[in-house]
Amino acid sequence: MTALVFIEHENGAIRQPSRSAIAALAKLGDVHVLLAGTDLSAAATAAASIAGVAKVLTAEDAVLADNLAEPLAALLTALAGDYSHVAAAATAAGKNALPRAAALLDAQVISDIVGVEGADTFIRPIYAGNALATVKSKDPVRVLTVRAAAFPPAEPTGGSASTEAAPAAALDAAKAAAAKSRHVSYEIHKSERPELSAARVVVSGGRGMAASENFKLLEPIADKLGAAIGASRAAVDSGFVPNDRQVGQTGTIVAPELYIAIGISGAIQHLAGMKDSKVIVAINKDEEAPIFQVADYGLVADLFKAVPELDAELAKA
Amino acid sequence: MKILVPVKRVVDYNVQVRVRADQQGVETTGVKMSMNPFDEIAVEEAVRLKEKGVATEIVVLSIGPAQAQDTLRTALAMGADRAVLITAEPNPEPLAVAKLIKAVAEKEGPSIIILGKQAIDDDMNATSQSLAALLDWPQGTFASKVEVKGEEVEVTREIDGGLETVALKLPAIISTDLRLNEPRYAALPNIMKARKKPLETLTPADLSVDVTPRLETLKVAEPAKRQGGKKVGSVAELVEKLKTEARVI
Ligand SMILES: Cc1cc2nc3c(=O)[nH]c(=O)nc-3n(C[C@H](O)[C@H](O)[C@H](O)COP(=O)(O)OP(=O)(O)OC[C@H]3O[C@@H](n4cnc5c(N)ncnc54)[C@H](O)[C@@H]3O)c2cc1C
Ligand SMILES: Nc1ncnc2c1ncn2[C@@H]1O[C@H](COP(=O)(O)O)[C@@H](O)[C@H]1O
Repeated sequence: MTALVFIEHENGAIRQPSRSAIAALAKLGDVHVLLAGTDLSAAATAAASIAGVAKVLTAEDAVLADNLAEPLAALLTALAGDYSHVAAAATAAGKNALPRAAALLDAQVISDIVGVEGADTFIRPIYAGNALATVKSKDPVRVLTVRAAAFPPAEPTGGSASTEAAPAAALDAAKAAAAKSRHVSYEIHKSERPELSAARVVVSGGRGMAASENFKLLEPIADKLGAAIGASRAAVDSGFVPNDRQVGQTGTIVAPELYIAIGISGAIQHLAGMKDSKVIVAINKDEEAPIFQVADYGLVADLFKAVPELDAELAKA
Repeated sequence: MKILVPVKRVVDYNVQVRVRADQQGVETTGVKMSMNPFDEIAVEEAVRLKEKGVATEIVVLSIGPAQAQDTLRTALAMGADRAVLITAEPNPEPLAVAKLIKAVAEKEGPSIIILGKQAIDDDMNATSQSLAALLDWPQGTFASKVEVKGEEVEVTREIDGGLETVALKLPAIISTDLRLNEPRYAALPNIMKARKKPLETLTPADLSVDVTPRLETLKVAEPAKRQGGKKVGSVAELVEKLKTEARVI
């Protein structure tokens, strides 16, 4: 039994969610990984040394550089014949391409798995994580996306996989599928902070932050804790922070060691994205706010007073 | 240009669902049902394209129990022109839903199909991509902006780290994200008018689609409950506890 895991690379490194996907599939057997795009040599070296990886396949072509679903799904489909499982992390790219590949293979994708029970049996959250379904697939090839927050990432070192180029026929299939869509532009919100989905600490602000400028109050705290800054949907919709900060059922799912929710009420959809954090802190002026029910440490306070105090207190340490 | 919008009837987003005692699903009797919120956004986008003169007709489609008619009437009240109901119980899986939508699309010939990115009950986020594959159409998922430009549609997508714009040759599939628009409420006169708009009913058999599930649900369980609820009296106490009790800073 061998799984093919599509992995994402950035500046020659492998993204952490992809390493979590490798860890999930490694529970079942051998793992081959697929790298797609251009200038893959540094990423291929990095991929080959990830613990648990037996082989690195590289698909080098400009049509694959932007993870467009059409060529990527065609590539995965062309390669799938050799594998029992085709998987990727449930990132924007994974969620975009894997269900397309599944349909090309006439398989029902199993999205966002949080548990591996066996070769054909997986656990996945439904209803914003208020229920966990154990499902058994009857498809010959199981196509999966993996919730990164649910699996500790495979170690970046310790492996010594071989690397080979994907067969030309698979690359041709990808190129042929690229005629109807084209990447136009990116608007990437640059940040020196850790990636939200991979950070050890996340500090999130909600509607209670009241304005975009006030998110600056969270920065010194995030700096001191090495944290990523997240947000509720209300904070994103109000334009306080960009869309990619949204934590929740329909945003990014996080499970850091420490999650600090500031001015967030704790709607079901927000909780769905953070309730598996190890320690949860909530700061809210409304003692009835539902966020307190999941918080290990709740502080009923006005955030505009408590946040500067928290910064000062952390500075003492 | 015709636009097709598939809309799903789901447990309302405000309902805190409960797992059934037999662990075979969640309690749905007596629970408030609504249109999937992402599908409201899809209907709204279609109506705006019609108001701009880009679209000429909006057909809405739902697959589910007979009561999915209510969901379709809501979409008609928002401004859709016609509805198709495919009765199927229990609700088919995304792959089968995609096959049913494909069969309808082949009859209707839409230039754009707008779906929600995710149904908030199964949280699959799979139907639009599967449909795009089956039709061999390009896809613009998680859209926060849609612009039809001649033979193409430009879609700005929400991705990890920011936004991406792609250009797709029509016909194309779009799935909506939360920032695409704010859906309107249907005004009472429009709700009255919607009652008279055409609604056609079909079955999967009429479309020769096999909806046999590929996934067998062995169990539906409640997630482990968090032991939350503790309060601290001050910021100093909070930091102290995080250091010495939780040991996370
Ligand atoms: C389909 C769908 C998907 C969704 N997906 C998501 C998702 O992925 N993520 C998500 O977060 N939401 C999501 N939502 C939205 C969700 O339902 C809530 O509306 C949202 O989480 C509320 O954000 P909030 O807690 O910041 O705002 P509010 O609910 O308005 O809460 C603000 C809180 O701030 C507190 N506050 C105000 N001022 C202060 C102050 N000075 N000091 C301290 N506290 C203060 C208030 O007491 C209140 O509790 C989704 C909704 C739908 C319908
Ligand atoms: N039973 C259904 N009837 C109509 N549309 C559906 C149905 N199931 C899914 N869809 C569409 O597909 C989208 C994504 O659903 P899913 O892939 O199940 O998360 C929804 O937002 C709808 O637009």
